[in-house]
Amino acid sequence: MRIPLVYNLRNLAARKVSTVLTALGIGLVSWVFIFTLALAGGFQSALQSTGSRSNAIVIRNGSTAELTSIIARDAAAAIESQPEIARAPDGTPLATHELVVLWNLERKNGTEANVVVRGVTAKSLALRPKVRLVQGRMFRPGLEEVVVGKLANARIAHCSVGDRIKLAGRQWAIVGVFDAGGTSFDSEIWGDVELFMPVFDRPVYQSVTFRLDEPAHFGAIQKRLEADPRMSVQVKHEDEFYAAQSATLATLLRGLGLFVTLIMALGAVFGALNTMYAAVGSRTKEIGTLLALGFSRGAILTSFLIESVLLATLGGLLGCLLALPVNGMTTSTMNFASFSEIAFRFQVTPLMLLYGMLFAAVMGALGGFFPSRNAARRVIVEALRQV
Amino acid sequence: MKYFRLIVANLMRAKRRTFLTVFSIAVALFLFCTLRTVITSFEASLRASQATRLVVRHAASLVFPLPLAYRERLAQVPGVTGITYGNWFGGYYQDPKNHFAQFAMDVPTMLDLFPETVLPPDQAQAFRSERTACIIGRALAKKYGWKIGDQIPIVGTIFPGEWRFNVRGIYEGKTRDVDENTLFFHWDFLNESLPEGRRSQVGIYWLRIGSPDLAAAVSHRVDAIFENSPQPTKTETEKAFQAGFISMIGNVQLLLTIIGSAIVFAIMLVTINTMMMAARERTTEIAVLKTLGFSDGLILRLVAGEALLVSLLGGILGCGLAALVFHQLDFTGGGFFPNFRVLPATVLTGLLLAAVMGILSGIGPAIAAARLRIASALRKVA
Repeated sequence: MRIPLVYNLRNLAARKVSTVLTALGIGLVSWVFIFTLALAGGFQSALQSTGSRSNAIVIRNGSTAELTSIIARDAAAAIESQPEIARAPDGTPLATHELVVLWNLERKNGTEANVVVRGVTAKSLALRPKVRLVQGRMFRPGLEEVVVGKLANARIAHCSVGDRIKLAGRQWAIVGVFDAGGTSFDSEIWGDVELFMPVFDRPVYQSVTFRLDEPAHFGAIQKRLEADPRMSVQVKHEDEFYAAQSATLATLLRGLGLFVTLIMALGAVFGALNTMYAAVGSRTKEIGTLLALGFSRGAILTSFLIESVLLATLGGLLGCLLALPVNGMTTSTMNFASFSEIAFRFQVTPLMLLYGMLFAAVMGALGGFFPSRNAARRVIVEALRQV
Repeated sequence: MKYFRLIVANLMRAKRRTFLTVFSIAVALFLFCTLRTVITSFEASLRASQATRLVVRHAASLVFPLPLAYRERLAQVPGVTGITYGNWFGGYYQDPKNHFAQFAMDVPTMLDLFPETVLPPDQAQAFRSERTACIIGRALAKKYGWKIGDQIPIVGTIFPGEWRFNVRGIYEGKTRDVDENTLFFHWDFLNESLPEGRRSQVGIYWLRIGSPDLAAAVSHRVDAIFENSPQPTKTETEKAFQAGFISMIGNVQLLLTIIGSAIVFAIMLVTINTMMMAARERTTEIAVLKTLGFSDGLILRLVAGEALLVSLLGGILGCGLAALVFHQLDFTGGGFFPNFRVLPATVLTGLLLAAVMGILSGIGPAIAAARLRIASALRKVA
């Protein structure tokens, strides 16, 4: 026969301070676990979601980032005339050639950041459906106007609509703010590529991006362009290109998170062991009574184990509650592939919360097992005799 | 402390609990030291920077080069006693994941301006006299098993193609904070290999000044010269330059501090719980001690002392383990933390933290024990 669950619940309620302290301890551990997952997840999704599977990006052969790439004007024209490129409604190819520079700007907190300044064309927006203006208007080609991503707007000084920002010795009016849906474009400043080229003294583009008419045509166009003697380029799926940029740092963040939480879990299991041993020790008489009543040793083992897991799950729940406000918090770091500032939001997903709960439950089970076995092995007479 | 033995005896009675508590505290402090060392290893470049060196770069960002022609004008600025220059090469070895720093440097002046990179004279001579020679840091040589005489192929991402360099020297840092994970080669070799349009461009100039007091004045003078040119400069001390670089890594320090605090706090809660349970079990015992004539103050010190001892044991174990492990392993985190070692200051902070944890977790039970009324405590058990 099983020992009713109510017995465990009442036991936890009877020792309120001890229950709360242990649950809070375990809760904080699962909070740290969720926190590091959300950090790595947010960073990776910012870069991964930046690229689209139906787009391809062309950069110079050997470059690992747009910044170190060079695509000459005539090469860009040759790329954009490929037949596999999708067409805009007006019949022109759905392709854009862009200029990328890093500019040292001041953050609102006074420190400095390398901000990506991107020269774009009219097609750039059509290729990136996630990007939409949320404030002001688009810049007008040929004028000294720029639009800024919403995270650049929030974190960089003088980046609000109506402000002026100094780039390459000229004053640029900020005329709009765009929302790029959590992608790395959110940290960028965009202006007219044809105006940027002479102003920034850059006679070449950094990349060409285009939409494929058929995803299956990627192989053909990649092969043709990479073999083209007029240029030395590499063609990549846009999503893979950006995902590769995040790989190093995301792996590092995940590794750090795993390292911290695993060792931390060890400490928490020690704590849970302590609590449960004490719980078993102070209830020796109760255990003797249960045995005398005819409950099997298995039932007692199960009951104490359930109590421990219950306590830990309570902690896990607490950890999840504490982790909820973390969702959406903005932070920034350097994208090591391009040395540019990339701001991103913490992402707490239901799956991460589930992992956090499971993590807590496992800690409870590990911390409860030995004390529970200890309880189940008591000899009735000795247990009842003990004071 | 004649009651020390009593405290130890108390701890030894519940061996399992003492062991578990000491270890959970040790785990927390081990993690604290690790996270703290991540931050201090980021800052190693700050500690290694020289107060008498200035860094000159393009005002916009490091991506934009400065003309080689600036060299003569910079050398003539009053207060400048030496100059060298170089370019960030930005290549990789075999796989883009194998990233370490490579700099193309003006070799004769570089060895003069960076006295903290120590190179035996014969190796320095060999490096100077061969166009395709390079020198590598000791840690880098160890990581890839490179020896003097090896040829290292590096794939350029900024300067395309495969570049081959002959290892002619392995340098060591004068102090432990000096980075030993860099490859230096000849700027002239890079420059001559480039197409006409990309030649004579310099990424960074380093200036040596007579005294640290001149830093502000010289920086100002340099920037004033080029202020209205197409390539304006930004000049700052090496330390400020490195600090700017670290600040770009962003809120990592804050995030690590948050995680570290949560860990220490969590373990503290667990320890408080353990101490409370330990005290509760010994209610009778404490009443007996009081009957024997132990004063309230002494009981308070005994219980608090026990908590403090447990915490400090955990602290010593955790911090000591961290210092030892990372020293033995030569941990570099995949090249991200070239100077990963636990500083004495970190260990000290950890021990202090352990003491605070001990006092905070012991104070509640200690006060409760001191306030215990003998009669009611003895009655409770019967």
